[in-house]
Amino acid sequence: MLVSRRAKAAAAAAVSLALLTSACGGDAGDDDGGKTTLTLGLYGTFGYEEAGLYDEYMELHPDIKIEQTVVAQSGPYYQALQTRLAAGSGMADIQGIEIGFVSDVVQNHADAFVDFAAEDDAADLQDTFYDWKWDQASTTDGRTIALGTDAGPQAMCYRQDLFAEAGLPTDPAAVSALWPTWDDYIATGQQFSSSPTRPEGTAFVDSPNSVFAPAVRQGEVTYADDEGNPVVEDSDGVQTAWGLASRAAGDGLTAQLGQFSDEWTAAFANDGFATIACPSWMLNYITSQLGDEGAGKWNIATLPGQSQAGSTWGGSWLGVPSSGEHVEEAKELVEWLTAPEQQVKMFVSQGFFPSSSVAAESPEVTGATSEYFSDAPIGEIFGTAADAVRRNPISPYDTQIQDAFSQALTTVADGSRSPDQAYDDALAAIEQVTG
Amino acid sequence: MTLADDSPRTLTATVEPAVTDPPAAVRPPRRRGPSLSRNRWGYAYVAPFFLVFGAFSLFPFLFTAWVSLHDARLSDIGGGEFVGLDNYAALLGNEFFWNALRNTITIGLLSTVPQLCLALGLAHLLHYKLRGRTFFRTVMLMPYATSIAAATLVFATLFGRDYGIINTALEAVGLDRIDWESGTLSSQVAIAVIVTWRWTGYNALIYLAAMQSIPGELYEAAEMDGASRWRQFVHVTIPSLRPTILFTVVVSTIGAVQLFGEPLLFGGNGATSGGGRNQYQTLGLLMYQQGWSNFNIGQAATTAWAMFLIILLVVGTAFGVGRLRARREGARR
Repeated sequence: MLVSRRAKAAAAAAVSLALLTSACGGDAGDDDGGKTTLTLGLYGTFGYEEAGLYDEYMELHPDIKIEQTVVAQSGPYYQALQTRLAAGSGMADIQGIEIGFVSDVVQNHADAFVDFAAEDDAADLQDTFYDWKWDQASTTDGRTIALGTDAGPQAMCYRQDLFAEAGLPTDPAAVSALWPTWDDYIATGQQFSSSPTRPEGTAFVDSPNSVFAPAVRQGEVTYADDEGNPVVEDSDGVQTAWGLASRAAGDGLTAQLGQFSDEWTAAFANDGFATIACPSWMLNYITSQLGDEGAGKWNIATLPGQSQAGSTWGGSWLGVPSSGEHVEEAKELVEWLTAPEQQVKMFVSQGFFPSSSVAAESPEVTGATSEYFSDAPIGEIFGTAADAVRRNPISPYDTQIQDAFSQALTTVADGSRSPDQAYDDALAAIEQVTG
Repeated sequence: MTLADDSPRTLTATVEPAVTDPPAAVRPPRRRGPSLSRNRWGYAYVAPFFLVFGAFSLFPFLFTAWVSLHDARLSDIGGGEFVGLDNYAALLGNEFFWNALRNTITIGLLSTVPQLCLALGLAHLLHYKLRGRTFFRTVMLMPYATSIAAATLVFATLFGRDYGIINTALEAVGLDRIDWESGTLSSQVAIAVIVTWRWTGYNALIYLAAMQSIPGELYEAAEMDGASRWRQFVHVTIPSLRPTILFTVVVSTIGAVQLFGEPLLFGGNGATSGGGRNQYQTLGLLMYQQGWSNFNIGQAATTAWAMFLIILLVVGTAFGVGRLRARREGARR
């Protein structure tokens, strides 16, 4: 009697606990009519779904079902990925990895991912990629934790209609000739701003970050030394880029917008600015912001200073966590998605420039033009930019360092800080991350 | 089921131990004292709460303390080198901490003071017999029922520099546009407005409930002495509400120290720095930046504990002051 009562009490407690916790446990069914479901955890816009690559793959492999979950920004995405790496579970079969944290993953979590360099066809695989793309995702002892998707060679996008109003040339070749260097670019900005016919309410450039982010990667050093340690204060890239960007900000050439903020997004449609630094993936962003109304307004010129060095911003990889249940199938899908044929499709239809040198050299890419961007020869523009890019080492803190500088630049632009004060602010913020 | 023969007895035992005269026929002979097994149903029913509390409150609380003693990264929360109180020393020498503390205090004052004053006034008005006061009371609580994210996103749009409706209105009456986000005071005021908007109605309802328990005779007596409505409010309502006011001050202060969602979303692009000069970075936001932008979870855990200690200090002071006052008044009588 006593025992049974106690048991009853325990059972009651257990049942109520079970009721409380059962809601959290729902296991995703793996089998869907005998199919294997592969999950991809991604951020931002990878564009595979839009380009129809999943459908194509599922047609080729009727026993595979592909599902993706997308987090809008890479920052929160990486936070979630880190906690899952710490827990050693909960990851998708395939995880996107961005340039901002690829170095962190390579240095600290390489064991959690499948090694593509250990594949039988590793040598053939490696040959299709740019060396630097392969290397950035490889450890010093030769493990390759992910395969490259896109790269972000940069150009300068400009509003040809607004340029015309301000009395500037509109032809890409003539516009590129306006700014062989960043100093010339700023001079052009001053010319634009002082033009009597300047469109009202339009700044020359969206944000100081459109100067800083490209220019910092045109130096000999960006944020890291050869070992990947952060060396912000001794970086020629930082010194030059800060000087240029704080000058543009202090001269009032910017629209004082934080990139990717709501006001920035709104400014696209409101003619808020006339130029913006354009990594190849930015084309997709502009197109999706403006829709059909923006067609023919934008054009693309060469990035200032490219004759010395090109610049990249962004670019991603796909990795396969080794704890997954479908590692083999996932590897196969990653190899297919990052293969040259697919990278060509992604550039032609979505504007993501290939990280595969084979794809980048294919005539479909080199000859590509964009109707939306006034028939700009995007294949040639971004191809030339990619060839001129300097392959500087990256540090695990690149994202935070870049954020600190772009935050500090907004305070120069709104006049609340002098360039020197703002520079010290940025260094103090970076010290919080690296120190 | 034999449930029925157990429950009345245990109910008496747990809920009303003071009852001295239970029906003797039902009550079995006392075998033991009021021990664990006698109250087992009570324990069984409260067990889930304490298990969940332990798993989701007590354990994280202690674990955070443990993490704060380590140089831990977000991707290796349980690991990292043991550094003792180094994180705490670093926090006290960190200008970002003091800046965030200052911001937390100023935003806290800017939001709590107007919010409680407004709430008191609103409660006083709603205490009168108004036509449709149920409607007003319901409407007042609606901001509280709105999600922080939705409210903040709407307010951030209203306060937008270029396309915000507030700047448009300012311009329409001939004033200058304000760059709300980039100024120190302006950004803090904007955030305080969001907090005030959200919590005023909630506090007003609490005051209203307390007002309704003030005996009407006090007001009648005051009226006979010739006190105006205002003097009644000052000399009858406020003193009677003092415990309630203390309660709302404590709750609002805790909320102010923990302020996080509003400043995070007010920035608009997910930045955790609280503005270019950290001009509206609160302690909560600083903690988030340390842990989830800089991945320095040990430092973030330290900040979390510092926040907890600050709350203890503030609440302790508030109650201490309240008690001191009560004692002094007792002595005066």
